[in-house]
Amino acid sequence: MRATLLRLEGLTKAYPGVVANDDVSFQIAEGQVHALLGENGAGKSTLVKMIYGLVQPDKGQMTLRGQPFAPSQPSEARRNGVAMVFQHFSLFDALDVAENVALGMENPPPLRDLAARIRSVSEEYGLPLDPSRLVGELSAGERQRVEIVRCLLQEPKLLIMDEPTSVLTPQEVEILFRTLRQLSAEGTAILYISHKLEEIRALCDEATILRGGKKVATCDPRQKSASELAELMVGQVLTPPEKPPRPMGDVVLQVENLSLRSNNPFGTSLKDISFSLRAGEVLGIAGVAGNGQDELLLMLSGELLAPSAQVTLKGLPVGHLGPNARRQIGLASAPEERLGHAAAPDMSLTENALLSGVARKGLARRGFIDWPGTERFAQEVITRFDVRTPGTHVLARALSGGNLQKFVIGREIELNPDVIVVNQPTWGVDASAAATIRQALLDLAGKGAGVVVISQDLDELLEVADSFAALNEGRLSRVRPAKGLTVEEIGLMMGGAGDMHVAHEASA
Amino acid sequence: MIRLEKRKEPSKFWRIANPFLAVLLTMLAGGIMFAMLGKDPITAIRLIFFDPIFSDTFGSYSRPQLLIKSAPLILIAVGLAIGFKANIWNIGAEGQYIMGALFGAGVALAFFPQPGWYIFPLMIIAGAFGGFLWAMIPAILKTRFNTNEILVSLLLVYVAERILAAMSLGLMRNPDIPGFPGSRDLRRYEAAYNSELIANTGIHWGVVAALIAVIFAYVMMTRHMLGYHVRLAGQAPRAARFGGVTPARLVVVCLGISGALAGLAGMFEVSGPGGQVRIEFASGYGFTAIIVAFLGRLNPVGIVLAGLLLGLTYIGGELGQMMLQLPSASIQVFQGMLLFFLLALDFQTNFRLRLTKGARA
Repeated sequence: MRATLLRLEGLTKAYPGVVANDDVSFQIAEGQVHALLGENGAGKSTLVKMIYGLVQPDKGQMTLRGQPFAPSQPSEARRNGVAMVFQHFSLFDALDVAENVALGMENPPPLRDLAARIRSVSEEYGLPLDPSRLVGELSAGERQRVEIVRCLLQEPKLLIMDEPTSVLTPQEVEILFRTLRQLSAEGTAILYISHKLEEIRALCDEATILRGGKKVATCDPRQKSASELAELMVGQVLTPPEKPPRPMGDVVLQVENLSLRSNNPFGTSLKDISFSLRAGEVLGIAGVAGNGQDELLLMLSGELLAPSAQVTLKGLPVGHLGPNARRQIGLASAPEERLGHAAAPDMSLTENALLSGVARKGLARRGFIDWPGTERFAQEVITRFDVRTPGTHVLARALSGGNLQKFVIGREIELNPDVIVVNQPTWGVDASAAATIRQALLDLAGKGAGVVVISQDLDELLEVADSFAALNEGRLSRVRPAKGLTVEEIGLMMGGAGDMHVAHEASA
Repeated sequence: MIRLEKRKEPSKFWRIANPFLAVLLTMLAGGIMFAMLGKDPITAIRLIFFDPIFSDTFGSYSRPQLLIKSAPLILIAVGLAIGFKANIWNIGAEGQYIMGALFGAGVALAFFPQPGWYIFPLMIIAGAFGGFLWAMIPAILKTRFNTNEILVSLLLVYVAERILAAMSLGLMRNPDIPGFPGSRDLRRYEAAYNSELIANTGIHWGVVAALIAVIFAYVMMTRHMLGYHVRLAGQAPRAARFGGVTPARLVVVCLGISGALAGLAGMFEVSGPGGQVRIEFASGYGFTAIIVAFLGRLNPVGIVLAGLLLGLTYIGGELGQMMLQLPSASIQVFQGMLLFFLLALDFQTNFRLRLTKGARA
């Protein structure tokens, strides 16, 4: 038995209206890879924020190597050897790697020395990184390496990683795991936050499971099956969505050889995209974040215009039409960013129902808004998709992520579209809400609509998709039937290798 | 130690209370300023804020003046507020006001001395068109070349002032009185005169237009898709695009509406209270209207109240100059302080001051 590094005793933290952590106790041994498992809202983030000094507990205490440990701010935690890699990177696109690392340090050495150290640390841990490259040019996986190397330079005793694999391809995940195992072997403990069960079973020595702010179990994840862990995490048995067999109809959406510049200087331009979608088909599009997903959705929704004949909807050329004209023909869409894109944060749910509802629901006559009708529409969405909210007057930003996502997807489904395009439909949504959303999309396909699901969650895509493609640097791979695809093949498609394969076939 | 904390939701109470608080603080700071000038602060404040309406001696003259001064402010501010809601910043209403006056007066002078019921309506159309045209310059430059509408619209004010001077001295000068700058007096040309509709009330066609504009703006902002799109574009530009709003079209619409309303205000002024095209015709209504729009919370009804208040400061300022020999700039200082205090107070709509123990990062 290894010595205890960090011991948590009875940690409790309450926010107005919600107890984020309730009497949580566990311990992490030196060099141990410890998983913190739980759904969104289970209290994982609050717990690690207390360890990292971002939040102070209301009750309970921590000891680090036997000494009382109560960091009042992150710099104090770092001085004690605790480092953290956040899910959202805090990096500046316009600065290079070394400059970014220097910005996160209390007393950065001269940049040339720092660059040398970055190079040596990154090579030592198998995380190749060029200190002089601009962060804006790096992939998500490489950006994460910058954050990890920044932490490793402090030679931490405990490294906290918050959902690190959500932005990685399966191959990049393998590289990361090798690094983490090496660190663990050298005696660095790792607190690994995730809700991906297979990863945790592959990597971790011990797992603490949180549900509703309380610890429900500490166990050895390798001794449990994934479904046992899932039940502990969710507290109920989850039924995977039903996928009734359905006949495929005519082509409802077709894109041909479309190249389109991104409207964002750090965005990814679309390159020679072609695919077609039939009625009743669910097309899953995988890819690591930042490979053109946003642009693909904007191009399909009508927010980015294209040459008219290169996008056809139910046989009509629509490339030149804006979002409302496409909605009237029968295309609905739900972008990834809920607050600010799919919904206006400071507007009520009624007002947000109008956002896309007006084009298909006849909610305005000669431009004059039918507010009672709009409210009824909002209420329908709320009732049918079980959106937990006091009423239609509530501001969108007051809803939790999962509830707002149900509202946004529900709004689009209620429009009864012939084609629906969604980007990251269950990102940051708890398991039961995610199941509701996936089932609703499958039901819509069952009624004969074509569905495009763009997602970075491979499990989700394999669960819902009939056919499968991947985006890599703005190129879309060949569409293949989802049945029989292995995770390795998908990884190659996401990394762009699938494309070369296609190119060879095409030239042959 | 004092810490600022962002509120989860902007405070509704402070949103309503801040304009009133800003007025009180302005009176207080203004009083201190008058005391430093050696005037009795109480008398001065009373003279500016109360006497124009309540005094027996000045009231009969000042009360009609209130509507005359407030109407252009309200008319312009209603238009500006629509743009401001969409984050489209027309700072050059003063220029559009001048161009509206020149276009309106131009029509009148072209028809002089011919009578005709159609002349005044034509002037109205021309005035609105003049302001619209002047506002289209920043609109088209913004949509075509992505220039900043704040700078372009503001700089065009100075161009409009030069055109006003040139017109007063040249093309529009009254040929009957050689040697003097300024056009014919439109008040003496019946077909073009924007007369008082009810005697001794100050109500002229400009007041009616301001009222219609307020109702129109209110209905548009609460009931119509255009108003919804304006709010959407201001609050969440990406959501607006998702909702089918074309940003370029919105820029043209917002600048167009505010320009046309400012032009109307200028036309009603030149054909009524102002009377003629002359070099010093522009009196800063276009700039003061920006304060009116903010003080009125960009809300049509709030703008009516704010417009009346700032109209009052114009009249009170004149009284102060007459009775207490206050410097004429003091009224601009007043108006400036009002905006300054409002913006400063608005901080607490979105933030909360917290006292905390010990140092924190």
